[in-house]
Amino acid sequence: MKRRLFTALLIGSAAGGAARLLAAETGAEVSVAASKFQYTPDTVKAKAGVPLTFVLTSFDRIHGFKMPAFGIRTDIIPDQETRVTITPTKPGQYVFFCDVFCGDGHEDMSGTLVVEA
Amino acid sequence: MQQSDRRQFLKLAGLAGVTFTAGLFPKGPADAQAADFHFVQMSDTHWGFKGPPNPDAEHTLEKAVVTVNGLSTKPDFIVFTGDLTHTTEDGKVRRERMKRFKEIVSELNVKDVRFLPGEHDASLDKGEAFKEFFGNTHWTFDHKGVHFIALDNVSDPAAKLGDEQLAWFAADLKQRKPDDRIVVFTHRPLFDLVPNWDWTTADGAKAIDIMMPYQNIVVFYGHIHQEHHHMTGHIAHHAAKSLIFPQAAPGDAPKRPPPPPFDASLKPLGTRDVALMSSGGGKAITITELPVTKA
Repeated sequence: MKRRLFTALLIGSAAGGAARLLAAETGAEVSVAASKFQYTPDTVKAKAGVPLTFVLTSFDRIHGFKMPAFGIRTDIIPDQETRVTITPTKPGQYVFFCDVFCGDGHEDMSGTLVVEA
Repeated sequence: MQQSDRRQFLKLAGLAGVTFTAGLFPKGPADAQAADFHFVQMSDTHWGFKGPPNPDAEHTLEKAVVTVNGLSTKPDFIVFTGDLTHTTEDGKVRRERMKRFKEIVSELNVKDVRFLPGEHDASLDKGEAFKEFFGNTHWTFDHKGVHFIALDNVSDPAAKLGDEQLAWFAADLKQRKPDDRIVVFTHRPLFDLVPNWDWTTADGAKAIDIMMPYQNIVVFYGHIHQEHHHMTGHIAHHAAKSLIFPQAAPGDAPKRPPPPPFDASLKPLGTRDVALMSSGGGKAITITELPVTKA
């Protein structure tokens, strides 16, 4: 089980890396994988004024994805792709976190969107 | 909460009806006799937690029980506002923790003890184990002219009260007069205290809207592990200290930091006595923060 999760995280990490590159080049999409109790990647870069779509997946159970600064939240259902698009306008750092209680460690499940000018 | 913060709250509240004291009834029994009655709020005991944020985790609750039993004026009832136990994914362990928690608090010499769930108790099984040990997750009762309501904002793991419970809440309040004295208990803040730390209730604004027509309604909650006071319109919300470890002050960082290092000199843990008074046409609440152990 642990090996499966580890492999999944590796895939998620690699996918996240590719997505970050894609986002850097086109500002289009970033893949973020949720699992207890982390997002992979947990830091995402974006450019102000450029729409960014989060492509969210979960390996293990329902998680949440909430960004109060952008007024968005969604459930992330296992084996489904959930897409959320934002258009950041101001440079800065913005928090996203899990808002569906998922166990001991839930409170630490968060990430940062870094918006550059 | 620092004294200056309390003054700021009172200024915002515009109320002469809320006073704060500290200690074990420092002004003596005269104050106690002036009250219609008292209750004690205990919160966030997280039974089962072990770690550096509380080097005395195995004994803190027992010590608090002894302290509450030694109060100079016996409270009419005691309410635990959630997170009785620390979360575990093992349902058997969850029940063992609830059983042991219940054994410890059975030593309280007040027999009217009421319980609300926190997300650590109820969010992983939608309150199933909690109900087995403590009964319903939301309830009401009346005591000496005051109507008490407990709201459950944790059995839904997305921190929602839900439309069904909100309808029940609205129907219950419709039976009250606008100037009735009403106390609401809940675990999480009903208002957006720090949205980035998830210190909120997803549909808490709907509950606050339902409460707005009532002039003498007040909320006591837990979850944030510290004394805190806030106004939404004329409605005061009072958060209680924890009995396991403190949390950072609201909004101290973009992301919620881990619990600060335990510093006993700051007296970060405790319970509180709440005295309700109505005399001379006025209504007042006195909140006295109590330490874990009597000095």
